[in-house]
This record gives sequence, C-alpha cells and structure tokens, in this order.
Amino acid sequence: MNSSDIKKDFPILQNRKESYLDSAATTQKPKQVIDAIDEYYKNFNANPHRGAYSLSIEATQKYEETREKIAKFINAKHTEEIIFSKNATESLNLIAYSYGMENLKVDDEVVLSIMEHHSNLVPWQKVSKVTGCKLNYMYLNDNFEISDEEIEAKITDRTKIVGITHISNVLGTINDVKKIIKYAHKKGAIVVIDATQSIQHMKIDVQDLDADFIVFSGHKILAALGIGVLYGKKEILNKMTPFLMGGDMIEYVYEQNTTYAPLPNKFEAGTQNVEGVISLGAAIDYIETIGYDNIQRIEKEIVDYAMQELSKLDYLTLYVTPNRAHHSSVISFNIKGVHPHDVASILDANGVCVRSGNHCAQPLMRYLGIDSTCRASFYIYNTKEDVDNLVNALNKAYEMFKKYM
Amino acid sequence: MDELSDLYNDLIMEHSMNSCNKKELKCYDCCKMGHNPNCGDEIKLELKMDGDVIEDLAFVGHGCAISQASTSIMIDTLRGKAIYEAKKIIETFIGMIKREITDEAELEKLEDAIAFRNISHMPARVKCALLAWHTIEDMLDERERKVDGE
Repeated sequence: MNSSDIKKDFPILQNRKESYLDSAATTQKPKQVIDAIDEYYKNFNANPHRGAYSLSIEATQKYEETREKIAKFINAKHTEEIIFSKNATESLNLIAYSYGMENLKVDDEVVLSIMEHHSNLVPWQKVSKVTGCKLNYMYLNDNFEISDEEIEAKITDRTKIVGITHISNVLGTINDVKKIIKYAHKKGAIVVIDATQSIQHMKIDVQDLDADFIVFSGHKILAALGIGVLYGKKEILNKMTPFLMGGDMIEYVYEQNTTYAPLPNKFEAGTQNVEGVISLGAAIDYIETIGYDNIQRIEKEIVDYAMQELSKLDYLTLYVTPNRAHHSSVISFNIKGVHPHDVASILDANGVCVRSGNHCAQPLMRYLGIDSTCRASFYIYNTKEDVDNLVNALNKAYEMFKKYM
Repeated sequence: MDELSDLYNDLIMEHSMNSCNKKELKCYDCCKMGHNPNCGDEIKLELKMDGDVIEDLAFVGHGCAISQASTSIMIDTLRGKAIYEAKKIIETFIGMIKREITDEAELEKLEDAIAFRNISHMPARVKCALLAWHTIEDMLDERERKVDGE
C-alpha cells in the first residue's frame, strides 16, 4: 500500500489538480467518510436522545456506538469519558472554564509550552486574569524542542495545570508528552494534551499516557468539520460543573434550580452534531483499516523525501528539529528576504496549496524572532510528485524575487 | 501565473524591496499603526500636514510585497495633495479593489496605484493591498474630528 493507492480514495484529489500540502489545517476526506454522512441523512436522521420512535432510537444508537468506537480507539477506560464538542478549541475552553476557573487560585501556576496554538493559550490567559493564577512558559532549545531541564525548571510544586501540544502545528516537533505527564503528576499537576496534530499520525493510548485531558478536532483526522472530542478522566469530569447549559444536559429542572445529567450528557448541551460524529466514526474505521504502521511508513517516506529536496535549496530557511525521530509531517520554511504571503501566492498560482502566516501561534513566532512562515504539511495521500511540484514552484518564486534583492 | 507576473511587476517589486518612503519622518503631526492580524502585516504610517495639504508621509513596518508596495505607492500618490483630493483618491482606490469603480478616466487619477487593479481578482491579497489605504483613511477621519472639535 502506498500514497498513490490511498489518494484514489479521496474524490477531491481526483477532481482537483492542486498539490494539497495543508493537511495540518484540515485533511481531505475519503469517499468512505463522505458516504457515511450521505447514508446517515438518507437512512437514519432524527434527533438523538429525544424521540420514542425507532428512527430517533437508531440515530441515538449510531451516535453512541461512535462514542464507544472512539473510546476503544484511544483506549479510554470508560465510554463516558468521551465528550463530543465542536472542535479542539471548544474542548479546551470547556476545560479552562469548567476545571480551570473553578480550581485555580492566586499563586497557583499554569504552565504551557511556547509552541501552543492560540486555542491552548488564550483560554488560560482568561483563567489567569479571572483567578489571579500565574501563566508560565516552557521555552525551546536550539533544536526547537523542550529540554528536560526546561520541563523540570518550569513545572513546580505550585503548578496545577500543564497544557502541552503533542505535536507543534508550526514546527512539527513531537513532544514527549508521556514524560511531561509523569513529571507533572509527581508535582501534583494535571495535564491537558492537545492531540490535534498527532492523532491522525500516531496511536494515542490515554491509559498508557496516563493523560488527564486529551482534545482533538475531527476535521484534522479525515472527518467532517464541526466535530471535536474531549477525553477526560472520569473522576475529574465528574467533579466538574457543566460548560454549556440547555437541553439534554439536565436531570430535573425547577424554576430556580437544576440538577445535571451524568456523564457524558452533562457536557453535551443542545442537539449534537450527529453527522459529524458519524463521519468521525467512519474516519476512525478508515484509519484502522490502513493501520498506524502503514500511516507512519508512508508519511516517513514522503517527509524524508521532502526534507531531502528542501534542504538542497540554499535560499530557504527551515524551522525543523534536526532530530528526525522528533519531527512529524509539518515543515515550516521561508525564502530568505521574501515574505511568506507572497511565496504562498506564487505557489498557489503554480498549483501548490500551503499555509502562510503565524499559524495561530503568535507567541511562538515572536519567540523565534519571525513574523510568519510558509508551512507545508503532509498526509498519507501526498506523493513525491507533490513534493516535486512544491520544489519547482519555490524555484519560480525565488527567481521572481531574486533580481530585486 | 500570468496574472501574478503582472502583479509582481517592476514597479511593485521596486517599491516593496527598496522603497525610499520607508523611513521615519523627522517631525510629523500624527502617526497610526495598521495591522492585519491574520497575516501579520504591520505598518506605522506618519503624516505631516501643511494646513489642509499633506506635506509628507512615511512608513515603517513589515509585511508582504503587496502590502509594502501599496503603502509606498500610496505615499507617492498622496504627497502634496489637499485633504479633499486625497480622500477622493483613497475612495477611488478602495472602489477599484472592490470592483465598484471600473471607469478608466476615474482610475487614471490613481497614478501608479492603478498597478493594483488586478488584486480585485485575488481575494486572498485584497487585505494586503488595502492595509495602508484604510490606515490613512482612519488618520484623516480622526484628524477631521479633532479639527471639528476644536
């Protein structure tokens, strides 16, 4: 099995000619996922948890079966530890509001890495402003990685929460989250893992990691837009108050008071995105059919080739750890002296889709002393031809600007 | 690609890479930051007035070739213009980019800034071209309110 075989499963990659190198922003969807959504609306659509009739009960079953599937997929101990949300951002806000606001006090510390996406950073700033707790950062060494010394210097006895991305959406650095969780637990802190850039690439086992919270977005792992997941340890989720109030998250509602439903409904107010949940179930089936071993083999081949070819271009600056084992499938780069937005426009005109900008990581950009980068990100359907197209387009961009430098 | 080569032409590239308008003025009446949070383009525009006439303008900052060239060309276009003339040119430029103004005679008044007309076909770059023009528009409005208030 190789990327050319896999590419055939993705209708958009047949219908469009571009080399799509922006999977870290959102992945394209295989036919199996698109068909599952189509089938749901043609045969099973009704409001789950509401009707006493068979159609609604079947919709409920589909919804709840997917929860079980996700629980197994990440090896959660209990199915009700899986909460559906809109995306990773909403999952992180839920943790910040329902856990952070209630449990943090002045003198407590929240420790984040400087490579966090704004979604695992701005909510904690809000918590810090409201509760008075301190916000500290773990910075990077010259290899764009967080050293053991840095972890041990920043996570202290006063640390109550550590927020860390499993894989940086800018640098592609794979953080050793198991080690960070172990150290944080020793210090009495809980850990929030942002797995948005990792779960599509590598197996996540929440029990093996001993993770307290893990979040991800469905659309970055082949599913539809608008569906996200929050995993939380049952004993922690049980102690938390609801984030959003409304239908389906209640037990008894009186004029002045309400008692809440048990997990997971307590955190799922209002009619849920069943279409999104179904699509996520189909995406997980697809990932499991291919297998993480194959995913890693295919990605390694394509990213190795991309690194080899991009390293030959001496007009490029690459923002990548030299430690290949700690680097995933995101490559940030700049053409020296040319703004990434111009580069991205020229690549676009040559049929290559890359992201340019600060990638929702302004503090990281400031820390690196740059304003923005171009970012090519690869997934299982990318081929060597995509890399060649990228290199050719970069050469054209450089030629256009060179004479004015 | 052809459209793009048209856009990244000598005039725009020279202004973006080697602008003589990219500097700090020795003295100015007001300055303002312009910022596109999504792409990180950032300029600081300085304005020196002589009565109702724009005596000089300069900018510092960073951003893509389009945002930097648009700022520099705007400065060349507006320098020496009376406020009412400048406002008309700004309106025409924004109208051109939004494809609301297509009349050739009208667009001629933009001088070199007409080089950006193709941006209207590139939605991803519209914000880059408009950054400086929106910034000066705000500066002139703020100045007017201040003068009216006095």
